Amino acid sequence: MYVELGHFALILGFGLALTQALLPMLGVMRGLRSWTQAAGALACGQFVFIAISFACLAHAFLIDDFSVRLVATNSNTLLPAWYKFSAVWGNHEGSMLLWLLILAGWSSAVAVLATELTQDMRARVLSVMGMIAVGFHLFVLFTSNPFLRSFPNVPQEGRDLNPLLQDIGLVMHPPMLYLGYVGFSVTFAFAIAALWSGRLDTAWARWSRPWTTAAWMFLSVGITLGSWWAYYELGWGGWWFWDPVENASFMPWLAGTALLHSLAVTEKRGLFRSWTVLLAILTFSLSLLGTFLVRSGILTSVHAFATDPARGSFVLAFLGVVVGGSLTLYALRAPQSSGPAGYSWLSREAALLGNNVLLIVSMATVLLGTLAPLLVSALDMGRISVGPPYFNLMFVPLMSVLAVVMGVGPLLRWRESSAGGLRGLLVGPIGFSLAAGLIFPFVYRGHWHGGAAFTAGLAAWLLSTLFAGLRQRLRERGGVQALPRLGSAYWGMVVAHIGFAFCMAGAALTSIYSDERDVRMSAGDEVTLSGYVFSFLGTRHVEGPNYSAERGEFTARSEGSTRVLHLKAEKRDYHSQMGNVMTEAGISPGFLRDLYVSLGEPIGDGSWAVRVHHKPFVRWLWIGGVLMGAGGLLTLFDRRYRRARAPASVPVTAGAVA
Amino acid sequence: MHPVRRQRLIIVAFIVVGASAAATLIFRALSDNMNFFYAPAQIAGGEAPTGRTIRVGGLVVPGSLKRAESGLDLAFRVTDNRAELEVDFRGILPDLFSEGKGVVAVGELMPGGRFKAAEVLAKHDENYMPPEVHEALKKGETAGLAATGGDDDVR
Amino acid sequence: MARLRLFLPLLVFAALALLFWRGLSLDPNYMPSALENRPLPAFSAPTLEGPVISDAELRGKPALLNVWATWCPSCAAEHAYLNALARKGVLIYGLNYKDNAEAAGRWIAEKGNPYVANILDPAGLIGIDLGVTGAPETYVVDAAGVIQLRHQGPVDERVWRTVIEPALAGLSAGSLR
Repeated sequence: MYVELGHFALILGFGLALTQALLPMLGVMRGLRSWTQAAGALACGQFVFIAISFACLAHAFLIDDFSVRLVATNSNTLLPAWYKFSAVWGNHEGSMLLWLLILAGWSSAVAVLATELTQDMRARVLSVMGMIAVGFHLFVLFTSNPFLRSFPNVPQEGRDLNPLLQDIGLVMHPPMLYLGYVGFSVTFAFAIAALWSGRLDTAWARWSRPWTTAAWMFLSVGITLGSWWAYYELGWGGWWFWDPVENASFMPWLAGTALLHSLAVTEKRGLFRSWTVLLAILTFSLSLLGTFLVRSGILTSVHAFATDPARGSFVLAFLGVVVGGSLTLYALRAPQSSGPAGYSWLSREAALLGNNVLLIVSMATVLLGTLAPLLVSALDMGRISVGPPYFNLMFVPLMSVLAVVMGVGPLLRWRESSAGGLRGLLVGPIGFSLAAGLIFPFVYRGHWHGGAAFTAGLAAWLLSTLFAGLRQRLRERGGVQALPRLGSAYWGMVVAHIGFAFCMAGAALTSIYSDERDVRMSAGDEVTLSGYVFSFLGTRHVEGPNYSAERGEFTARSEGSTRVLHLKAEKRDYHSQMGNVMTEAGISPGFLRDLYVSLGEPIGDGSWAVRVHHKPFVRWLWIGGVLMGAGGLLTLFDRRYRRARAPASVPVTAGAVA
Repeated sequence: MHPVRRQRLIIVAFIVVGASAAATLIFRALSDNMNFFYAPAQIAGGEAPTGRTIRVGGLVVPGSLKRAESGLDLAFRVTDNRAELEVDFRGILPDLFSEGKGVVAVGELMPGGRFKAAEVLAKHDENYMPPEVHEALKKGETAGLAATGGDDDVR
Repeated sequence: MARLRLFLPLLVFAALALLFWRGLSLDPNYMPSALENRPLPAFSAPTLEGPVISDAELRGKPALLNVWATWCPSCAAEHAYLNALARKGVLIYGLNYKDNAEAAGRWIAEKGNPYVANILDPAGLIGIDLGVTGAPETYVVDAAGVIQLRHQGPVDERVWRTVIEPALAGLSAGSLR
């Protein structure tokens, strides 16, 4: 009964989405105040009904209602309760429902929180979001209905959630990622509403900024979680595979990062208006493209959802309407003049322009690498795949230049900086970075390594320029006592940039210094890797809630140290998986290095194939990602947003509602 | 110079320099790192180059997996129902590697006609078959299989 | 003139969309199988019902060979339709693919038996010879034991009417109805 209730609530939600798309739009066009005013209530109503629908589906999972086909194929009575809950979005249909829920959440967040908007603008924004919601509702109801029943043959037991998804990382990863993806729909809606009204002004940029920041924050955290999950759950120590599905989330992030910076220029200086609005369209389009790539099956991926051409065609058609429509609107309505005032080479505008060019080129690189296999097979030139070396080769120079620009940017003033003043500011950081780069490889490993020196130099550059910027700011504002008055937006920038430094250093240093070996080990064997002695104590059988496992026990200690670390790597056989075995790595985490052991297969005579890793600095990647997210959050706490929202008496974060 | 014109010049300079440098780099990198896929029959027919990273795929011939007495060297045969290919590999096979199932191996073709794999990939799903392997087997497409609901991930 | 420049993004997107559309059509539902127009591979295997069966016994009358397993949800979805086909008089052989006989027996007892016989292939070896890539799959085999058609994915009313029935009708429709 409640299953039908959920389905019914979803259909009602669809009705409200349709009304939300049409009523405010007609209201704006005809000047009917009562119609434009209804937008907020409609958005909140839609959210409530989708929430009911979502709750019904979650209930079906929690009580093991296998008459619901989705539950039967993705859950199991033995599954722990929290995984039953996360199984709701561990599959195509449920994740689309989550997507809808989050979209409605963002809509109602706009309805409730964006009080500084004019009523017409608010109606336009919500109408655009309603249109997007209509598209996704149709998608869910016609190609991906989660509430299908399998009467009369109700299975006794479910097929279980894919064991790879039975993990805390995967409980959190999709909601975060979707909060990011879908959050960009708000920025998109603002852009379309601004084009539609013809008022593409600095007010528009000011309104869009916090929403963009919020979406970007979630996306950063989501991607970080995904990488972390892949690292410990796929069992072989990789943290980024340049897989189409990863790229699908990385492209909107790159475009979104560019947008975040371009919005600053548009807000402060009224420049780059057409460019910024194009970026807003691009960022959300890439989120949709990601959905298309992941769910249509046109690209091979380790992570792709089950493919279905009907779904693929639908998403492509939807993509055509949304992106094609918005780019047409852009072509017809975008302003052509780039604004009144000029700027010099040595200005923050120029640095941010550099940031945008670099990020968009990076994005294009990823896009090209992701689509090349499709292109080649469309031209009937064979089947290819593009290896990670391509992406690495592209990203090393791009990110290096980006890091250099990133150091200078915050030190520059709008319009024009004096070269002399800048030189004064940069002497310290340049010296510090050179010294850090030259010293680091020797201190860390005792011998020279060019790449490591370069990385350490760049990281030192980012940190020291941020410090120089802080000193400059304090000097201008009367010394240390100005510290509390710098504003959390400034600190947000600082923290996010430090996060970037961590990510970059982590990625580069772990690639340079990581070491791994595949060895054949019997109980009692030892192997030495990068100064650590790993010993294999043997395996024993353990029983988990829904699996049984062979657990290999290892110890590791640093040569010349007596501190012994214990690592447990498992081969898990999930009862529901027809003999498919999962590798569960044994990890000893650390700020400066991870030790990582995974069991391969048993090779007769009691010995096992074992892979041991020493992965220095790998954790910095995720520390960096989290810091970037924290930077975004800090920015949202800035005074100017709080003041603007004070009348609504709803405290800060935009995403909290969604 | 007039500020607006000056500003435009900056933008154009940025774009021209950035775009051309990037385009050159991108296309060089891309053409160096494209790994073509070959089926065992194509390799038997001498179509595949040696000394270049390529991918091969097919079904693992049952009973063909042989391990060395010590160490992690192993070999197996891959078939597309038309020809077979000997694959050598040192290391740990993926969890889902099994005889009779689809695999893709990345590596180089040796002059002797054996394939030296640097990496062996298998997938998570009973129903899954890498598309290339599919094609190599000339057996149609994953589309029909999709309906079997073997979802894999949520990324 | 300057306005035209703003159409550039739209053009780029149109080109991409074209590529995607082509990409989608590169994955058609149906592609000829190498085994089509070739005889069934030789096999000899036990059946769920007991006696050993060989490929020779599938000859004589046009029939369907349906690849299924209890772990395959789509097989459950198509089962009722197979029952209906069997009632219409269509000969269906089952290939129980990478499954265990006990579970298969329970499944048949529970859902009804549309099959003339169920060939057991727990290791998927016959599947390899046949080129099975997943379940369900359905093959149309003519009276001479030659595979005329292969369909991947579940059989339903639409597939039956548009794909399988025409192929069977081309053989010797008289013996079916």
